[in-house]
Amino acid sequence: MRTVALAGRVFKEVYRDRAGITLGIIYPAMLMVIFVLIEGHVPVDIFEPINIMPGITVFSFAFLTMFSASMLARDREKAFLVRLLTTPLKPSEFILAYSLPYFLIALLQTAVMFLTGTLFGAPAGIGYITSLLFLLPTAMICIGIGMILGSLFSESALPAPGTITIVIIAFFSGAFADFKMIGGIIRTIALVLPFSHAVDGIRSILAGNPLSEVMNSLYMVIAYALLFYLLGVLFFKWRTRSI
Amino acid sequence: MSETLAIQMKGITRKFGKLTAVNNVNLSIKRGEVFSLLGPNGAGKTTTIKMLCCLLKPTSGSAVILGYDITKDSEKIKRIIGVSPQETAVAEKLTTRENLDLMARIFGFRKEDARDRVKTLLDMTELSERSNDKVKKLSGGMKRRLSLAMALISDPDLLFLDEPTLGLDPHARRSIWKQIEAFKGKKTILLTTHYLEEADALSDHVAVIKDGKIVAYGTPHELKRDTAAMQIMVIRAQRIPEICVDELKTKYPSVKETEEGLEIRGERLVFDDIVDSVRSHGVKIEWLTMKQPSLDDVFSSLVEKEGTE
Repeated sequence: MRTVALAGRVFKEVYRDRAGITLGIIYPAMLMVIFVLIEGHVPVDIFEPINIMPGITVFSFAFLTMFSASMLARDREKAFLVRLLTTPLKPSEFILAYSLPYFLIALLQTAVMFLTGTLFGAPAGIGYITSLLFLLPTAMICIGIGMILGSLFSESALPAPGTITIVIIAFFSGAFADFKMIGGIIRTIALVLPFSHAVDGIRSILAGNPLSEVMNSLYMVIAYALLFYLLGVLFFKWRTRSI
Repeated sequence: MSETLAIQMKGITRKFGKLTAVNNVNLSIKRGEVFSLLGPNGAGKTTTIKMLCCLLKPTSGSAVILGYDITKDSEKIKRIIGVSPQETAVAEKLTTRENLDLMARIFGFRKEDARDRVKTLLDMTELSERSNDKVKKLSGGMKRRLSLAMALISDPDLLFLDEPTLGLDPHARRSIWKQIEAFKGKKTILLTTHYLEEADALSDHVAVIKDGKIVAYGTPHELKRDTAAMQIMVIRAQRIPEICVDELKTKYPSVKETEEGLEIRGERLVFDDIVDSVRSHGVKIEWLTMKQPSLDDVFSSLVEKEGTE
């Protein structure tokens, strides 16, 4: 009950932040439309709706990092966290309340991106549901990174590490470039990070391939999700102990 | 611990690395009284409150809050206290009512009970008319009143108010004072402040804290009485040479230049001696006055005295 109350507050604050919603939902959807329109004139495989849609969706999750980090940093600085820490809330309730709402936002982002992609020709099907197996852990990675950044940086200092994170996720997800063509160190980094595995996994599912073909990618994304979420929780706990 | 005590601190100490923020503080606060912890910035006031609210563990010493040990019973303590932190500590994008409702639900109120309690507090803090406004649109004074209302949501026996009027204009400050005064005798209130006037107006007892140590304790009346012998002389002149100031410093404990002029403080100021001393350096005195010490002066005197020891 307490968790739901606090999670509701977090969701409301994110939802009421028009600039944030524009950046996290409308901007990626517009980008997708632009790339699909470009593809109509200059055929590039990667910009086809079925290929750009997974990349843009993962890219939109990068903004979850900023949502989560900003909320935590602001609550620390404005002492709202101090107020909450003097109530009977338990640590697990805090952590859930500060992360669950972002999964809802991630679902909202997914719905908007997939709807946009479908309108421009991506084939709707059961793959849309199955792809959540990749999308939810990817969102979890971003939420975990947000908790780490929000614990480490003040709200005013966040734009720099936040932007770097967004650029890394955008670049190394392979949403906008085919790493098989680039090769070298860039490809190696992309393969070490989980984002391109998530995008490739979803592309494969949407293309109608069986899930078993991308299980290794799925395990990797889930492992990263658990790692970053755990790190996020540890940083959050450390920060609340030294508040 | 006596049943008449709300808070009992025994040698409570908190260190951050080499810095001792709170140093062996022993204080007892009776139930129903308003107690002010008074001190300059960085004196250790907020750290003391954070330990009492179970946000920080003491490095050594102990404290008992309404019969519960802060190191062992933090869950129980958090159910019976209300805290208004130094910053306004409100959710800016929620409305006034939503902030209060959130706190009510965190404290486990059922929906109907939460609605009633929120209404009571909105009326009490005169925020009913702004209940549906987003908090970011409220004035600083209103946010402080909301912060106080949020601390009161569970009708706690013990309230911690950390600098409740910091940065407010005199009108908004008096509005908060009115709220605090309404609880006198009904709730125990520990407030921190660096406004002497505030401690004087509201408190049953005051402890002055400096560099983590309690340097004075008593009722506001006792504190003023203890330093009633203090005199303050202010001299204004075009220019008072440094050598003259240094000479006065050898005779009187506190000599400093203020906006009003050269201020000399001491328990037995010798008027003629000071005037002769200043004139002997060729200074033409434009204006001279003797001031009655205010509680602010008492506080400054205590803090300066402690600083020189």
